[in-house]
Amino acid sequence: MRQRSLLCLVTAGLLAVSGCTVERHWGGSSAPAGSGRAKVGLVTKTETNPYFVELRNAASAAAQAQGAEFMALAGQFDGDNDGQVRAIENMVQQGVTTILITPNSSTGVLAAIERARQAGVMVIALDTATEPASAVDATYATDNVAAGRQQGAYVKAALGPAAPKVIMIDGTAGSTVDTYRHNGFLEGIGLKDGDPAIVGRDNANGDQSIAQQKMENLLQRTTDINAVYTMNEPTARGAYAALQARGLRLLMGSIDGGCQGVQNVRDGLYAATVMQFPRKMAEEGVTAAVQYAKTGQKPSGFIDTGSVVITDRPMPGVPSQDTTWGLQNCWGTK
Amino acid sequence: MTATTVDRTERETLGEFFLRAPAIGPALALVVAVVVFSVSTSTFLNLDNLSLVVEQSLVVGTLALGQTLIILTAGIDLSNAAAMVLATLLMAKLLVGGVPGIFALVLGVLVTALLGLVTGSLVTRIKLPPFIVTLGLFTMLTAAGKLVAGGQAVPIAPGSLLAWLGTRRYLFGGIPVTYGMTLALVMYLVLWYALTRTAWGKHVYAVGNAPEAARLSGIKVNRTIVSVYLVAGLIFGIAAWQALGRVPNADPNAYQLGNLDSITAVVLGGTSLFGGRGSVFGTMMGALIVTVLRSGLTQLGVDSLYQDVATGALVIAAVAVDRLARRQK
Repeated sequence: MRQRSLLCLVTAGLLAVSGCTVERHWGGSSAPAGSGRAKVGLVTKTETNPYFVELRNAASAAAQAQGAEFMALAGQFDGDNDGQVRAIENMVQQGVTTILITPNSSTGVLAAIERARQAGVMVIALDTATEPASAVDATYATDNVAAGRQQGAYVKAALGPAAPKVIMIDGTAGSTVDTYRHNGFLEGIGLKDGDPAIVGRDNANGDQSIAQQKMENLLQRTTDINAVYTMNEPTARGAYAALQARGLRLLMGSIDGGCQGVQNVRDGLYAATVMQFPRKMAEEGVTAAVQYAKTGQKPSGFIDTGSVVITDRPMPGVPSQDTTWGLQNCWGTK
Repeated sequence: MTATTVDRTERETLGEFFLRAPAIGPALALVVAVVVFSVSTSTFLNLDNLSLVVEQSLVVGTLALGQTLIILTAGIDLSNAAAMVLATLLMAKLLVGGVPGIFALVLGVLVTALLGLVTGSLVTRIKLPPFIVTLGLFTMLTAAGKLVAGGQAVPIAPGSLLAWLGTRRYLFGGIPVTYGMTLALVMYLVLWYALTRTAWGKHVYAVGNAPEAARLSGIKVNRTIVSVYLVAGLIFGIAAWQALGRVPNADPNAYQLGNLDSITAVVLGGTSLFGGRGSVFGTMMGALIVTVLRSGLTQLGVDSLYQDVATGALVIAAVAVDRLARRQK
């Protein structure tokens, strides 16, 4: 008998430990929805990507500053739809008034979001839009087409009269962010997919070592290039290592605007990066949640949190900030 | 009807052939791939590119070395890449925290060796299947790496000892070689000698072939298996050093498929998943085949997803050859 109760205790303990909660600081015992006090739940793609750590810290700080209760859950890896669905269900169970979510896939968690909204929870997508966009109340995100377009416009301006010969290191095949940035870049530089000016392209899944290897292999094919598109900053660092090993100094652009990326631009690894602002997404999302709890008013549509070219070699016609500004504002941190 | 008979006799001789010299198949496949790409592209066959292919295969190749030892005992390690990534993070964190590079390196290698010891003990003392032990460890170590990293990749200075293996030298005025390649070559030679010329090596094969027969002939089966996991652990630590030489930036999200990539190299190298048959030479070929395929197909302009399809098909073909060879036995 005693043994059985011990077993129960151990099992309960294990269950508690293995729960995927990252951070949970409810203020009071229970605040039912509509009481005027916002209870905000944040669901990110993973717990450990620095970008999402930044998003979580910003949301947590904003919630504290505005007197809202806050909890954060996450998927375990990029693409963990199931983990995100469980997170949403947990949050609805615990009576949140608003869920902020960076969906792992633009369609993977729609059913759970739908159930949450039917339960009276406002759902706002951060960073990554859902398909259709109307699946959530509003989206606060970087316009990734615009971010790609800025990289393309910068590269085009920096090339001057030279005809572009570009290698493109893309992200994960088929992801919307990847597609938007890719298409935006082509629009900005004035090329079309399949144009012979695109000398080579490959997917590196946003991974530095894969990007290095892919770039090395593409450079075997030809070094007659003058510009490189990279989908994000780890990709750019990998591509840079491959270029440097061959003694090539090429015009390379990137997107993200993390502090390490801005420092890379300052150090001359690549000419420019396009900064996005996760902190702003989080803060505006929390503000909307507090507003909703107080007045019942919801934001709607796509709200672009903006993106800025960071470079120490500004080009006429391409608005930009220098790396000093960039280091002070990386991801909107300081 | 006649055709089938002819086919069968052919397969028999082929099977026997592969059984006698398991590394011959992969070596042939590698030669064929190199010849095909050398002919079909103008860019594949030059010293720089061949050196690059070797360099690209070093991390997975080193992981595959340790994996070979374990698979020879009819085991498997799903946690090797996670242990390696954890070691890169520990090393980089220690270095950035002011610990001298040599201590950071030794501590990192000790951690993976210790993990090998734990795995080996769980496999032999509690008789847990290696698949299960290392599956559990894989999950734990992946999480541990992310906890150590605190969500950040840890860059290290390219000139430091931890990144030293990436340093490139030119032999005889033109052959590009990194210290990492030299180290890998030394490791292959040492392991080849240990497996083919020492009692320990014979025990490893015997344990993988027929553990009961090995026990009856006086081999300490458990001790041999634990030693294999320990040595493999050491090798995974060295793989972490190789990884930092290649990319001087310890990243908790890197090498997520490294465990499967190492198994792919071992299998392509003709080592039997059922234990007792295989060689480190074959594994070296196996790791190179994957990299040569990727490099050559990229230079031909083949989409990377089709490259994955080709690699997967090769793995299935390699295991089919192994099975055929065994059936002929």
